[in-house]
Amino acid sequence: MTLTLENLEGLLPLLLTCATTVIVMLAIAIKRNHWWNATVTVVGLNIALLSTVYVVVKPYFFPDATPLLPQTMTPLFVIDGFSLFFSALILISALGAATLTNAYIESSKRNREEIYLLLTIATSGGLVLCYSHHMASLFIGLEMMSIALYGMVAYTYDRARSLEAAIKYMVLSAAASSIMLFGIALIYAQIGSLSFSEIGAKITQVPSMLIVIGGMMTVIGLFFKLSLAPFHLWTPDVYEGAPAPIGAFLATAAKVAVFAVLVRFIVIESKTLLASMPFVITIIVIACISMLIGNLLALKQNNIKRMLGYSSIAHFGYLLLLVLVGGPQFGLEGFAVYLTIYVVTSLAAFGVVTLMSTADAKRDADMLNDYRGLFWRRPYLASIFTLALFSLAGIPLTAGFIGKFYVVTAAVGAGLWGWIALAFVVLGSAISIYFYLRTIISLFLAKKHMHRFDAEINWGQRTGGIMVLGAAAFILVIGIIPNPLMFLAQLTQLIWVAP
Amino acid sequence: MLTWLILIPFIGGLLSWQAERFGNKAPRWIALISMFSLFACTLNLWLKYDYSLANLASGQSVWAEELQVNWIPRFGISFHLALDGLSILMLLLTAFLGVLAVVCSWSEVKRKVGFFHLNLLWILGAVAGVFLALDMFLFFFFWEMMLIPMYFLISLWGHKSVEGNSRVGAATKFFIYTQASGLLLLVAIVGLVFVHYMQTNVLTFDYAALRNTQMSAGMEMTLMLGFFIAFAVKFPVVPFHAWLPDAHSQAPTAGSVDLAGILLKTAAYGMLRFAIPFFPNASQEIAPLAMWLGVAGIIYGAFVAYSQDDIKRLIAYTSISHMGFVLIGIYSFNQLALQGVVVQMLAHGVSAAGLFIISGQLYERLKTRDLNKMGGLSARLSGIPPIAMFFAAASLGLPGLGNFVGEFLILLGTFQVNMVVALFATSGLVLGAVYSLIMVQRSLHGAAQSNEPLAGINARELTMMVSLILIMVWLGLYPQPVLDTSAAVMNSIEQIITTSQSIPAAQ
Repeated sequence: MTLTLENLEGLLPLLLTCATTVIVMLAIAIKRNHWWNATVTVVGLNIALLSTVYVVVKPYFFPDATPLLPQTMTPLFVIDGFSLFFSALILISALGAATLTNAYIESSKRNREEIYLLLTIATSGGLVLCYSHHMASLFIGLEMMSIALYGMVAYTYDRARSLEAAIKYMVLSAAASSIMLFGIALIYAQIGSLSFSEIGAKITQVPSMLIVIGGMMTVIGLFFKLSLAPFHLWTPDVYEGAPAPIGAFLATAAKVAVFAVLVRFIVIESKTLLASMPFVITIIVIACISMLIGNLLALKQNNIKRMLGYSSIAHFGYLLLLVLVGGPQFGLEGFAVYLTIYVVTSLAAFGVVTLMSTADAKRDADMLNDYRGLFWRRPYLASIFTLALFSLAGIPLTAGFIGKFYVVTAAVGAGLWGWIALAFVVLGSAISIYFYLRTIISLFLAKKHMHRFDAEINWGQRTGGIMVLGAAAFILVIGIIPNPLMFLAQLTQLIWVAP
Repeated sequence: MLTWLILIPFIGGLLSWQAERFGNKAPRWIALISMFSLFACTLNLWLKYDYSLANLASGQSVWAEELQVNWIPRFGISFHLALDGLSILMLLLTAFLGVLAVVCSWSEVKRKVGFFHLNLLWILGAVAGVFLALDMFLFFFFWEMMLIPMYFLISLWGHKSVEGNSRVGAATKFFIYTQASGLLLLVAIVGLVFVHYMQTNVLTFDYAALRNTQMSAGMEMTLMLGFFIAFAVKFPVVPFHAWLPDAHSQAPTAGSVDLAGILLKTAAYGMLRFAIPFFPNASQEIAPLAMWLGVAGIIYGAFVAYSQDDIKRLIAYTSISHMGFVLIGIYSFNQLALQGVVVQMLAHGVSAAGLFIISGQLYERLKTRDLNKMGGLSARLSGIPPIAMFFAAASLGLPGLGNFVGEFLILLGTFQVNMVVALFATSGLVLGAVYSLIMVQRSLHGAAQSNEPLAGINARELTMMVSLILIMVWLGLYPQPVLDTSAAVMNSIEQIITTSQSIPAAQ
């Protein structure tokens, strides 16, 4: 197989992100300067983001050139609407996390520059996952992202919690990876191929329970990264221990990448796996348990980051259900819409936490008490937080409601299984309202004691603040006029590599 | 024009929030002006059209004014508003009580005035949206939207209850009850849309299209229950009422006025507008149950009201009792009773608002709502006691006042359909006298706790009260304009039921 220029052009977002990594590394080596390194990172990621747009719109401007989409590039990568949509989403979340990091770490006295290097490496890993339709590239991408993440979680190493979180994440993550490798090996032993589509094609010819078990083990490795119950035990500790902007990255970019590859594996390319009833039932049960456990455990949390961690478990439960029961009509479109909304909302929520915190304090501003009466001190920041929490709760007028609407629509249209799962969705949402409201109302109550944490007075004029404002605007606008997002999500399916 | 009915409160709310920086006066005036203009708009719409002539024969509603704009074409969702006799009456009530809510909090609310009015006006905007929306998605959108500001209103400006429960707890309870039932409503709406989609291959949330959906009896029952439970929680029908007394007793006066006067009516409106026309057969099946639930509400509400110490809780339970009449009237499917329902809703809105405002005024003077600490007030303050007496009399259904007309029509209509239910429901009038009089007795008469005179009624309070009294008397003596306005809609509801009776239910 020969590489053509078109192949490389299609892969531009990944290549540009990798190039950014190298440039950032060189820039650090040449001169340690926080502003300069942050700028290089942000510019590089922005160019990569623009290149995703370029790849999509090129045929409209150059009708004669060979269209870039869809194509497979080597057996490892596939370039289509799906991978580009989620690449863009990852790049956006990485940019959000980078701007937040900038605000968070600016006043710190430690070495501030390497975090951008880790961030771009993790982002490249995430992009690899978006493009991959092969077990080898899946594993490489996953490890590239995870290993960088360990370093990022431990970046505030003088906080015991941060170190604890990193070690916990590393050990459990390694265990999950090995389970996944074992599963991949089982599949390979039966089928003799690592490519998603060939696995899908051959499952029907080689009927064997081992394949289903292997598939299940592979998927469990991914479920671990997505922190679906019962593989969620690491989530609250890592969310709490990680510095707030890294928490934002963990909750958005890392999750998007893993979910994208999971969906490509089980829903798009090896969808014959879903013909196996035990497989499907296990996944639906996992989705339902996640909704319930995530929301129940979040009820009594006084730590905002832990609360967000638990709520993410529930959200990925909804999302998994949506993908499984949505069918051709709503499944993938709803997946793209829901995930985008979730990512932006999480960026806004973590963004507020980040703007309230700094890297050199003993801990982040993550206790509920730190936020008491925030509305009367920083009305706009508190309004954004309120908006984000309402969006997570799925209240109309915010984007979250559109996501929830997709889940309900998909489940209602799916017959018996959908209706059973719907009962969990309703129950979970009803429970979740309690803790979201609890957090929201504390923003408005009068404060009892002196506040230890506060955002800087000019937070709105700094990059992190502007990013958060933009996220809030997105939540509001998409909550009222969701059409553009739906259009983009539908586009992901139009440009499609036939599996 | 219809869009403005929704936009005026929303914009007014934002303006008064921002106007807080010019002092506490500015938000109040902006809110008052926008409420008055809303009231003027609805009044104008009422006088402009002749609602009585809408198509009586076909059983289809005819809209006085309609507006439809594409919104989310992917799901067949449009921004569809329309106005008919039922919605204009509800809007008039909304706008009128909106003005009162702003006026009655003039001296009660002193903290965070701008944000208070933002919430107050947004509730009214969302309620106006509920009364106008004809697209199920849009309806649900507004239905949920009115909860959030109400939540803030109770949790931030509320009072501790006499028993010491926190206002945040009450607000959270209110929100969870209504939100969970709202999700059921959403599921039922989407289910209905899908049934329609299976038949016609058209994905739409439009009212008119969905009304023609054919479905099996089991499906119809399931979906109808989704609608019914959601509305029953908001109504509140008795087993689902636990949020109401807490929310009422802890809410600020304006919140109680909105809650009792308007929010409860959205549920009755939802039943009349959506639950019955969508599911005529299932509605008939459930009608006996619903009517008995109404009777239970009347009697239970009255008995529990009698034993309350907190005056606002007492009034809250009388609301449950009065709304029981509304429920019976709705599910009797009798034109006479349905007409009574409309009058009863308006009259209860006005009388409950009056009582809540009075208890707010008493609270401002006494700093308590505990009836044990009142007593002998007629000797201590001027102006308020006779007015309180008037509204208590209205609440017990004194002939010549609005509630009497409503309850009498409902009972008369129900008597033709189900005599036993009517018989039991009549006891509500007797029990009404009991709780109304005990309230008057315990608060105004008896031995005074102290001889210190309290501030009498002032001009602002007097104007509010007089306007409420005038409307009450008007509803009691000459309800014909109201009946004319709603006749066509109520007739069409009766028609829907009789038509579905003549056609055997699709199996």
